[in-house]
Amino acid sequence: MKSKFIVEKIFLGLMIISVILVFGFLGSILITIVRNGWPAMSWDMITQLPGGGFYIGKEGGVLNAIVGSLYIVGASTVLGLLISIPIVFYINIYLKSDSKLASLSRLSFDVLYGIPSIVYGAFGFAIMISLGLRTSLLGGIIVITLLIIPIFVRSMDEVARQLPRHLLDATYSLGATRYEVIKVAIRQILPGIATATLLSIGRAIGDAAGVMFTAGFTDSIPTSLDQPAATLPLAIFFQLSSPIPDVRERAYAAAMLLTLIVLILSIVGRMITHRFSKNKIK
Amino acid sequence: MSLPLLQRRLYKDKAMRTVMRVLTWLSLFLLVAIGIGLFFKSRLILSEHSLWGLLSGREWKPLSGEFGFLPFIVGTLFVTALSIAIALPIALLSALFLTEYAGSWVKRVVFPIFDILAGIPSVVYGVWGTLIIVPWIADRLGPKFVDYTSGYTVLASGVVLGVMILPILVSLLIEIFTIVPQDYREASASLGATKWQTCWKVILRKALPGIVAAVVLSISKAFGETIAVLMVCGNYAAIPRSLFDPCYPLPALIANNYGEMLSLPLYESALMFAAFILFFIILIFNIISRWVLRNIERNFKL
Repeated sequence: MKSKFIVEKIFLGLMIISVILVFGFLGSILITIVRNGWPAMSWDMITQLPGGGFYIGKEGGVLNAIVGSLYIVGASTVLGLLISIPIVFYINIYLKSDSKLASLSRLSFDVLYGIPSIVYGAFGFAIMISLGLRTSLLGGIIVITLLIIPIFVRSMDEVARQLPRHLLDATYSLGATRYEVIKVAIRQILPGIATATLLSIGRAIGDAAGVMFTAGFTDSIPTSLDQPAATLPLAIFFQLSSPIPDVRERAYAAAMLLTLIVLILSIVGRMITHRFSKNKIK
Repeated sequence: MSLPLLQRRLYKDKAMRTVMRVLTWLSLFLLVAIGIGLFFKSRLILSEHSLWGLLSGREWKPLSGEFGFLPFIVGTLFVTALSIAIALPIALLSALFLTEYAGSWVKRVVFPIFDILAGIPSVVYGVWGTLIIVPWIADRLGPKFVDYTSGYTVLASGVVLGVMILPILVSLLIEIFTIVPQDYREASASLGATKWQTCWKVILRKALPGIVAAVVLSISKAFGETIAVLMVCGNYAAIPRSLFDPCYPLPALIANNYGEMLSLPLYESALMFAAFILFFIILIFNIISRWVLRNIERNFKL
């Protein structure tokens, strides 16, 4: 047999091993989380606040963290959309395709996208100290908003760049202003907006390093913007570092909960994206 | 008073343009603001110690005023390099298999799965690491190589990070390989090349700029990952000598000490300097990779 066929066989084998490894690793994560999380899972976990002595193994749940995470993610997603949609349209509709500003802002969003959330957290913390603010829901929302704007802009921009030129030209030829062209274009990139929202929510809800400094942690549900707020990833992290086995098991349950939320969000989001795609002109 | 319709439309257009322009400039300003803000905060430590002294110092004793960042920088680089070394070959081979060898239905099934898995929060990867990888290293793998290891090691961090970037890396690579035109594969096959030869000599070559971009993205992700690494790295401030030593990457340093840093201005400044180092490395890394990409694109046009 020629050596090239032997090489072919060897590499085919290696490839199959790699695919098995990839699925093995990811399967192992899901199985580990469910196997460890399920026994500690209970209705109390998602409906109760941490009671007295929760952190030494007494009763209670992580409702504070669930609600805190939802507050932060919900508010920052809305803010992020409000800020990033205009930016995407400004770059793609108002600016010419060879504009320096457009390529500069694409570069800066690429860099911002790569900046770790801990750096955003430290930056937010530095700002808060200089303004004399304490850790609060508001601080968490602001940092997470800053964190997800690059994700929004990058993934929407990718879709917006592929807007069919002839569609825009047809709209202009009817005498539309650029602002009115946007109203046409927005229907084209709706699926892109949905995907981007999904990505951002996933990243926002799972982020721990950004909120660690800025939102803090508390056992109660925040009732105003200046109170600290708990988040699920931090609840997992803090409980996992406990020496008491019962508390650690709750961390596994919380981790399962967080994984479930993310998986459900992304499956539902996928279905919505699919529905939005029907208005699209190729 | 009502304006004529045309004027009202033009005003609206102008007003929107102004709003959008301001938002775009503000977002550009954000990058600069983060850089300047962190630099401003680290000025205090830079005025007390020399830059070189901070970067090359090995001792970390904040209470007696010794701030050596070398162990943390080495730890960060070691862990990041290890995670890429683990993830890249596996991701390349599986992406090639899924695009070139497997049927198209496989891609339709696998692609969404990877996208969904890429969204799993890093803290979950950390939990997995402490439950599976750390005990495995401590009980099974470690004793074969060294006398004692706690399992909370460079290796554990590298594996957890490597697995964490796998889904995103594989789905990016699949996307890149799919873009390579079918003609190249057919031309290569007609010359008698086996599939692997086509992959190695044509597809990987043609896709090189894309591969570089995907790797840069995953490095950025691994580099700044905080919580998952924090849970498995051991948090011990010394330069790791082997894979089985604990380490202490920069993000973990910042996250672990945020509570106590307020009491000492110099300490706070040191941690802000750590954040600035992270920011600066990511910035430089992105700019260099862009430059490299442009050169590769020029040289590798097939």
